[in-house]
Amino acid sequence: MRNLFRSRIFWIAFIGCVVGLLLPLKVSGYILGLLTVAYYFGVFSMAWDLLFGFAGEVNFGPTFLIGLGAYTAGILNGYGVPVYPCIAAGAVMAVIGGVVLALPALRLRGPYFGLTTLVAVLIMMNLIVVFAGFTGGEIGLTVPDVLSVDTDTNYYIALIFMIISGAILYALSRSPVGLILQASGQDPIEAGALGFNVTKHKMTAFVISAFFSGLAGALLVFYMGTASVGTLVSISVGVQVIIAAVLGGRRTIIGAAIGSIFLIAAGEALRPFGELSTFIVSAVALVVILFVPSGLLGILTRRGEHA
Amino acid sequence: MTVLAVDGLVKRYGGLVAVNGVSFELKGGEILGLIGPNGSGKSTVMKLIMGIERPTAGSVVLDGVEMANWPSHQVARQGVGIVFQHSRPLHRQTVLENIKLALLPDSLLKLFADPHVDRRAREIAASVGLGHVLDRRPGTLPFADLRRMELAKAIARDPRVVLVDEPFAGLTPTEVATFSELIRGFRNDGRAVLLVDHNVKSVAALVDRVFAMYLGERIAEGSADEVMRNETVRRVYLGGSIETAARPESTFKDADTPLLQVDKVGVLYGKAQALQGVDIHVHEGEFVSIVGLNGAGKTTLFNAISGLVPHSGAIRWDGKVLKGRTPASIARDGVVQVPEGRELFPDMTVRENLDLGGNHLPAKEAATQLAWLFDLFPILKSRQGQVARTLSGGEQQMLTIARALMMKPKLLILDEPTLGLAPVILEQLSKALEKLRQTTPITVLLGEQNVTFALPHADRVYVLEHARIVWQGPPDRFASEAGTGYL
Repeated sequence: MRNLFRSRIFWIAFIGCVVGLLLPLKVSGYILGLLTVAYYFGVFSMAWDLLFGFAGEVNFGPTFLIGLGAYTAGILNGYGVPVYPCIAAGAVMAVIGGVVLALPALRLRGPYFGLTTLVAVLIMMNLIVVFAGFTGGEIGLTVPDVLSVDTDTNYYIALIFMIISGAILYALSRSPVGLILQASGQDPIEAGALGFNVTKHKMTAFVISAFFSGLAGALLVFYMGTASVGTLVSISVGVQVIIAAVLGGRRTIIGAAIGSIFLIAAGEALRPFGELSTFIVSAVALVVILFVPSGLLGILTRRGEHA
Repeated sequence: MTVLAVDGLVKRYGGLVAVNGVSFELKGGEILGLIGPNGSGKSTVMKLIMGIERPTAGSVVLDGVEMANWPSHQVARQGVGIVFQHSRPLHRQTVLENIKLALLPDSLLKLFADPHVDRRAREIAASVGLGHVLDRRPGTLPFADLRRMELAKAIARDPRVVLVDEPFAGLTPTEVATFSELIRGFRNDGRAVLLVDHNVKSVAALVDRVFAMYLGERIAEGSADEVMRNETVRRVYLGGSIETAARPESTFKDADTPLLQVDKVGVLYGKAQALQGVDIHVHEGEFVSIVGLNGAGKTTLFNAISGLVPHSGAIRWDGKVLKGRTPASIARDGVVQVPEGRELFPDMTVRENLDLGGNHLPAKEAATQLAWLFDLFPILKSRQGQVARTLSGGEQQMLTIARALMMKPKLLILDEPTLGLAPVILEQLSKALEKLRQTTPITVLLGEQNVTFALPHADRVYVLEHARIVWQGPPDRFASEAGTGYL
């Protein structure tokens, strides 16, 4: 415990949370709305980082899991199921879909796991369009219910959800299980020779990642009131999740959330530049990835924890 | 009492038989050396026991329990531990945490480590001499300490059988003594130890018994002395009576200032001294062999000559100092290296690979060179349209050499061309080298641990050991003066 309070990451996260909780007193509803979305993306990125940073598996299709959660929740809601059971169903469905995908995919080596996850996203995008009657197709799915109509309430739900998810994922990554997971990611042969069932540990990481992705996806649907391929499933959304995690600092969990908020905030701050803003954000991300591989969090903690 | 019994172990990769009916037994408190040259299948045997590879046939029994075909985490839990030669430790964790990892149970529910884990990890670290670096990260440790950490992880699993892969590779003589002591500690604890290494000599002082392999099969078994005296072993490692055709140094026209002069050259990899004060020279037209075991520094020496790694001391080519020049400009001067890894373009055909090598030659000259090479390696002529990756290992090696020759080198550096090749291929390769030597004025620098292959063509031989040249002389004196190190 003492270690926790001496860790710079903890204090950065703590200050971030306090600032987040106090923000509604100061800023406009518009910015709160943006941050609400950013927090859900933060969870997407943190869940992705558990899989990449710790289990060493690159999931190019985070949106497959997000989309499963979002669309399951949204479609069920359309049949009159209340909001919270829908959200739970979304998370469960993402886990089921994740297991179905990971069972065969984790047997593959190297880049093939990543490619399988990428193909899963493409298939999902196709299915959404083909079964437009259920899913709303290219136009998008409109859900009858929302979490809340109040901006502040929505903001707090997202913030607290992100804090709890982050705390769980971070604790997991620092626990003995997280240590075994890192070993399995870095040298699966040696991890096996030390008596660890590598497939079991990676599978578990995938399930946890799927659970949080699906849960966040479902919550996001009920925040926005709609679900569409462009906002939740398309490859570019997945890329944003991945860039956020790498930009924030991979293998840190917390960094992924920072990266997500940074990306959305930067996109907004640069809005006056019009089309150029995307370019500038991408360029900044590229520079950070190239020159500071430990990411934004790495810059913040560099002096504190460098051994 | 027999702890581990291996019986009739067979491993095939497609058509290649890597291990063919290997059987041995290992008692508690015994150290067995599993010895064999590169490609003999000894590492495969180790992987088969550990469950990293699945055997094609045969059995591996630990305390009466059949473990063949088990995944490695189950084999590990049954009581087998392994000390890898190369491992990737957790770089963001401390040494202590790396050792703790090995003490954790394979459970998904362990969110907090048991308190005894920390205490036990510290005890183990102290016992292998890591007590003073517990809070450092692996990346900041010297090589020997990384090896200690691997030993510590193996101890942490409390295995009944310990497999150690090349226990002394890359260690200094003092470190070798310390590690021998630690491995004896395994024996004194009643564990069964299997040391896997290239040659008998390096483990002779430590082992109770030696099991020697060649081409996937047992060739000798017994005490270290018995195995070293064994005729088959001597033939495999040293060749039978080798006919040498060495030309005396004075017959080369550049006897005074050799074409290549390597003067007190040293290379550092981080903290590891990979080469130290190496002096060699090669005359124009001479065939020089550098004999050395894995990790002795052969590749490093060649890379220094080719300008791929920075060095101290001086390397002169044709009287000019090479330091500071790019690998490309050194290659253009006629120094062409054939790397150990046979870096062919796998998806190009034989012909395309060769054409790339002769890219800089005028078309007519390239055609002549190609015709000459097809004469030297007839097999390549018939395989012209075949994609390189589908060639056998020996054919790939010939293609690599041929591609280098397309560049019309003045000095051809061959780094372990025999790695992983079957004897029949060795013979073809050997003939090609003989022809090369007789029909062209080319200068060759050959690095080999296979003495049988290195000696017959050589005019002179250097022996490289632990980063230093320890012997030089004509090939016919090698067996009597330096041979015992290669058994």
